[in-house]
Amino acid sequence: MENNIRWPLKVAVAILLLFLLVPVLIVIPLSFSNENTLRFPPSSWSLRWYGEFLADQRMLGAFRVSLVMAALVTSATLLIALPAAYVIVRLKTAGSEFLYNLFTSPLLLPTIVLGLAILIIFASAGLLGTYTGIALGHLVLTLPYALRILVTALGGAPIIIEEAAASLGARPFTVFRRITLPTIAPGLFSAGALSFLVSFDEVVITLFLAGPRVTTLPVEMFRRLDTRSDPMIAAISVLTISMTLLVVLIVHRSVGLTKSFGR
Amino acid sequence: MAAVDAQNQPRRLGLAIALLAPITLVNLIVFIYPIINLLRISFNVALPGGGIGPEFTWENWVKLAEDSYYLEIVLRSVGVSLLITFLTLLCSYPIALFLHRYEGSWRTFFFVLVVSPLLTSAVVRTYGWVAVLADAGLINNVLSFFGAKSPTRLLYNATGIIIGLTEILMPYMILSLLAGFGRLDPRCEEAALTLGARPFQKFWRIVVPLTAPGIALGCLLCFVLALSSFITPRILGGGRVFLLATEIYDQAVVTLNWPAAGTLSILVLAIFGAALVVYTRALRSFD
Repeated sequence: MENNIRWPLKVAVAILLLFLLVPVLIVIPLSFSNENTLRFPPSSWSLRWYGEFLADQRMLGAFRVSLVMAALVTSATLLIALPAAYVIVRLKTAGSEFLYNLFTSPLLLPTIVLGLAILIIFASAGLLGTYTGIALGHLVLTLPYALRILVTALGGAPIIIEEAAASLGARPFTVFRRITLPTIAPGLFSAGALSFLVSFDEVVITLFLAGPRVTTLPVEMFRRLDTRSDPMIAAISVLTISMTLLVVLIVHRSVGLTKSFGR
Repeated sequence: MAAVDAQNQPRRLGLAIALLAPITLVNLIVFIYPIINLLRISFNVALPGGGIGPEFTWENWVKLAEDSYYLEIVLRSVGVSLLITFLTLLCSYPIALFLHRYEGSWRTFFFVLVVSPLLTSAVVRTYGWVAVLADAGLINNVLSFFGAKSPTRLLYNATGIIIGLTEILMPYMILSLLAGFGRLDPRCEEAALTLGARPFQKFWRIVVPLTAPGIALGCLLCFVLALSSFITPRILGGGRVFLLATEIYDQAVVTLNWPAAGTLSILVLAIFGAALVVYTRALRSFD
């Protein structure tokens, strides 16, 4: 069935795919540059920028914060979004649909507006530059994503088995733990993975909320890039891309990629 | 059974409220209250040093309407975003069409290839564009190899922003287009060809109208994302191209004029609303 695609389209697609991938791919060779400043292609190669990253206490600290933050946000997201998804799909209270739309609506707002709005509130509440503050800021984005995935997962899980368990005398919590939870495990898993990646990559909201001590890796990368563009950012990028790839691969192996990101 | 249900009703309601409490609380603290507060602040006076006066005023909005500096920013932002949307559509359409028609064994591979940039942070992809567009970057080194005397300035101006954002928004456009391509029946295309349409006629009269809803959705999404994105315009514009999103950040973090930043934010939301109206009108006209 490939003969329904004519060669001009194939050529155009090849060029456009190159355009689409060049900025991600160029980072890999650039990270092995031996130059003091950004120059591509570099005149000589080395691992020095990886070394400089590992010696940069500020960047390393930010990297640590990002990992802790992403783990924190992921657990909080699942703990908060799962009960909400359960109510929306299973209990079908009045206005379930309204609640779903309300809780997923933060994704419709630009992060620059959300970041500013949260900054103004947190400034007087003393939450700027704290783990709590940044985690709350990330939850605005991760909760809608997780809710979407979990609502889809719960909606697809057969209710008959749950009813069978209940009619055989299982109490509601037992039904949830022994029947519902295992059937939606793939959804739970992809919601967690996506929350982790969203939190780990978040820049704009965090930029408003980060302080001198608690700051994340993407924010520090942005701040460095704002003043100079040496190859260290490339080295860090390669490390974070590898991490993302690892997460995606794990999700793909255990759940299937198209299934987990399909809406 | 009905009696049991009625008996359970209050308990179910109590359970529902308890399970919804955490998500409601988070949304109140970091979404609903802050946004309402932002709207209110756009009608407050700015005091020096990041303070906000309590009294009601139209001052921020009047200044926004009268100051030609702001008018320029709005026009520039909308213009640049429209251009980016158009270019993104132009670059994404062939890829989406290819993905829709291709049925070979590499399909998943191509699909992942197209979506994978979405999983890379905006900072990384923007940095990639710095490496491509900089004076000592990929393009200028290729140009100088072919004999160019001085580097072409592709960075720290609107050109850089347009190139970078077009690429960064392409995956969103491709996904929207694919969502709309379901209506494209290959038999319609065959019918057009058997009836004597030339390939271009077939494309323009059959393929484009059938995929119009996907085009409209992708354009809405890309316009809105282009207008509100901050990281890419800030880095690729080098702080020299003034757009709505960069201005909001500067007013909020550098000038510490929160009412002004709030007013600009509400204006961005208003433009979003206008784009949505245009989108629904367009959708209705397709049917």
